[in-house]
Amino acid sequence: MLQHDSLNSELSFFQKVKEIDYTLLICIIILSIISLLVMYSTDGGEILYHTKSHFSKLAVFFPMMIVIAFLNIRHWHTFAYVFYLLIILLLLYVSLFGLKASGSQRWMDLYLFVLQPSELMKIGIILCLAKYYHRIKIENVNTLTSIILVLTIITIPIIFVISQPDLGTSVLIALSGLIILWLGGVRVKYFVYSFITFLISLPFIISFLKPYQKLRILTFLDPDRDPLGAGYQIIQSKIAIGSGGLDGKGFLKGTQSYLDFLPEKHTDFIFTLFSEEFGFIGSVGLLILYTIIILRIIRIGAISRSNFSKLFCFGFAFSIFIYIFVNLSMVLGLLPIVGSPLPIMSYGGSSMLATMIGFGIVLSAKINHKQTIA
Amino acid sequence: MIKENLGIRKSDVINRRMFIIGVAKIVVFAGIVARLFSLQINENKKYLTLSDKNRIREWKLPPTRGNIVDYFGNIIAGNLKVYQLHIIPEQVENLNYLLVRLKTLLNLSDKKIQKIVKLKNKLKPWDSIIVSENLSWSQFLKVNNYLYDLVGVKPVMTISRNYPFSEMYTHVLGYVSQPNEEEILENEIVKERFVPGMKIGKLGLEKTLENELIGTNAIQRYEVNAYGKRINQLEYQKGLQGNKIRLTLDTEVQKLSAQLLSNKAGSISVMDIYTGDIIAMYSSPSYDPNLFLFGISQDEWQLIRNNPLKPLINKTLSGLYSPGSTIKPIVALSALENNIINKNFKVKCTGKTELYGQTFHCWKEKGHGFVSLKNAMKQSCDTYFYEIARLLGVDRLNVTAKKFGLGEKVLGEYFDNEKKGLFPNTNWKKNNLGKGWVLGETLITGIGQGYTQTTPLQLCLMTAQIANGGYKIKPKIIVNDDPLSLEDAKKSMEFQSLQKPNTRLFNNPKNIKIVQEAMFSSTNEQFGTSYRSRIDDPKYQFAGKTGTAQVKRISKRERELDLELEQIPYKDRDHALYVAYGPYKNPRYALSIIVEHGGSGSKAAAPMAKELFKLIIDRDELRDQQSNFENINI
Repeated sequence: MLQHDSLNSELSFFQKVKEIDYTLLICIIILSIISLLVMYSTDGGEILYHTKSHFSKLAVFFPMMIVIAFLNIRHWHTFAYVFYLLIILLLLYVSLFGLKASGSQRWMDLYLFVLQPSELMKIGIILCLAKYYHRIKIENVNTLTSIILVLTIITIPIIFVISQPDLGTSVLIALSGLIILWLGGVRVKYFVYSFITFLISLPFIISFLKPYQKLRILTFLDPDRDPLGAGYQIIQSKIAIGSGGLDGKGFLKGTQSYLDFLPEKHTDFIFTLFSEEFGFIGSVGLLILYTIIILRIIRIGAISRSNFSKLFCFGFAFSIFIYIFVNLSMVLGLLPIVGSPLPIMSYGGSSMLATMIGFGIVLSAKINHKQTIA
Repeated sequence: MIKENLGIRKSDVINRRMFIIGVAKIVVFAGIVARLFSLQINENKKYLTLSDKNRIREWKLPPTRGNIVDYFGNIIAGNLKVYQLHIIPEQVENLNYLLVRLKTLLNLSDKKIQKIVKLKNKLKPWDSIIVSENLSWSQFLKVNNYLYDLVGVKPVMTISRNYPFSEMYTHVLGYVSQPNEEEILENEIVKERFVPGMKIGKLGLEKTLENELIGTNAIQRYEVNAYGKRINQLEYQKGLQGNKIRLTLDTEVQKLSAQLLSNKAGSISVMDIYTGDIIAMYSSPSYDPNLFLFGISQDEWQLIRNNPLKPLINKTLSGLYSPGSTIKPIVALSALENNIINKNFKVKCTGKTELYGQTFHCWKEKGHGFVSLKNAMKQSCDTYFYEIARLLGVDRLNVTAKKFGLGEKVLGEYFDNEKKGLFPNTNWKKNNLGKGWVLGETLITGIGQGYTQTTPLQLCLMTAQIANGGYKIKPKIIVNDDPLSLEDAKKSMEFQSLQKPNTRLFNNPKNIKIVQEAMFSSTNEQFGTSYRSRIDDPKYQFAGKTGTAQVKRISKRERELDLELEQIPYKDRDHALYVAYGPYKNPRYALSIIVEHGGSGSKAAAPMAKELFKLIIDRDELRDQQSNFENINI
């Protein structure tokens, strides 16, 4: 018991510093530098608005991540539900008073930057469900009440986000939630059944989609249908990536982005620019960097004694993977276009904030990996 | 402890399930890498091309037309630097202001301004609008001075067609001008190379040789952004100038022809009787083709169109005339060839012939008395030719005339306005007029009146083929790659006549000789109709035949009045004709002269031949030296 207590006791500052996962930290730093360089390229090789803004966000959120890393993960366990509810409130606020832009209402103005609460929910849902499955007895995981409860936890934010409307983010939130259900031990057959149900009901879901969303799916199936309209983004994106070749066109020499053929090059299509300028080698390199980050997070989850840390790390690793997968598949023309940023790389404060919080919690889990949470 | 155990179990579940997802992740990432590989490595070329297509836009510039030179290499259709003013709509900040400024600077008309606005709405924003095609140097300077105030205006130096000898060659060369939509669509090459400001041939050789002359576009490659704005120039690819065309024409002879025919309506053609080279081909009056380059003004156009001497008609090729007495050598030859007459055949001319109650007059009222073939030709006795035509019949005459090129196009492929003319026979009349041939018509056909219609160039070719001994030649106006020397031309002509019998136009060379001698006497013996225009120096001595073609029937009263030329209204005056070849001893050139409403051939046309032969024969040697194309510096 004594040993147990000592494990749960607070570590000294130096012990914490020693326990930091430096591999992960260095990877995050490298990724941040790459993202700055790419942002510099999107500005046409000048330090303009996007570069400055991205830099200042990194300058705020990276230290914040370190601070979070030094906070005991126990506190996140304690406040997980509160955090979740807080974001629900923010979503409610946004749906009532939020800022509108290009037909959707998903932002709130915080004066310093514009917050998109749905991005935070990607972390919030993991925290909330991780706590739930940490606390629930394994025998009760598959009881009806439990299933209904967790589905409700997932559904509430999704309803808000879909109504913004923001299909991409809601799908990502749902997937992040579902993965915790999976990790938490919900029976495989439930997943199989619901997947079958999903497939069957797909036509109905599609009929509920907004016209522009349907158009996106049609465009995905055949981008040449309307090359200057709906298919434009994906065609130009493929041209940019394809023309990059093995070693790319060179830094600041991506003609597709430089000459404004790339849409949304700062945000969702940032990988396109990267891939055009750095080619196959660069793209695979970036992918490897992301893979190392994901594997490090999984490893931290694996060595964590507490199930909360485990669930959070695995969940977070999975959601990062999902973001990357959805984003890359989208720009590579493998999936329909759904708004989904590439973690850290894409311009956008909320996404970076959420990701940095996530990294912070993971680093904290590493520092406190021997600790159990009651 | 139980709780601990459960916890451990739970973490096992988590770890196991994480492992399953981990595998799935690897599969998915491998898929993404595979996709990247397929796009960036396998299909790299395709996407690179697409990317270049995206970013590179080509601007075609008007091609530079090939020069046309005369036989001696003088440029007769060249290119000149011109100053133009273009507007690039995408760069214009305030179009209305700009147009007002330009209007006052260049004195543009309201119509022109409207045209520019209309054009602007039609064109893409990066296509330039040509405001003024040919600015004077002072206007160009003025625009350059105010350039700071004229945003979106681009002063441009470009190349434009130019005809240095202005009206001298108009009927041969034609002119170039802006094509209309139909003309662009008609010609594949023009369609492909068309850019605003390009001009195409509208007439003459400029039109028929369009595809050779046109040249290829210079191409400017610009990198553009997604909105089509030019970012920077990547490449400038020079266009190829169109092919040079060298004509057989001699500017000096052409000039003399123009001078001789000044203030007259008519035509002069000169031809090499062995090579078929056309040395001069001038139709008078002419007009300045340079007027058409930048759009002719209404006033200038009306002036040309309404000129009673009809400058727009190329009389050499499209003017149809009764040959008058210039047909007589053919009539005589035909009669000889068909053995109707011999050299010594004589007819008594009393001044008129009666046939079925109709009177056919000789031009000499008192008659020529007994005339032989030679004398009949010399004095152009109509009665003699009425008689031999009657004996010969129009159908046999037609065969000979056709052989010598009458009733057929001479340069058909190069000039679409060339006329075939007509030499009648009985069948023709039956088929076209639905009536039987009347013998009286044979008589007047024998003196070159009636249905016969010839172009001046046909008469020139006819004379050339008599002069060269009766061999068919192919007249040409463009020097081929391999021009023949005189000796080679003679040899090949004779060789060809052995290969292809139809290029030998006679049965008995003596008959040709008889006709040649008769034509000689007409010019060089006393009482000959062109005796006054003769040159005695054997170097220049020529043989010819005058002709006076009636444009209307002469009434009895008029015949009795025997009016002087000046007393007859211009429209009713006879056409004066003359065909000749020289030098007689060693013939080389043939010519035909027509002066519309000039009166008699001997007075109005033959004297011109004298001047022409002097010049042509003086330039003979020079011409032979130039036969090699490489000697010419163009």
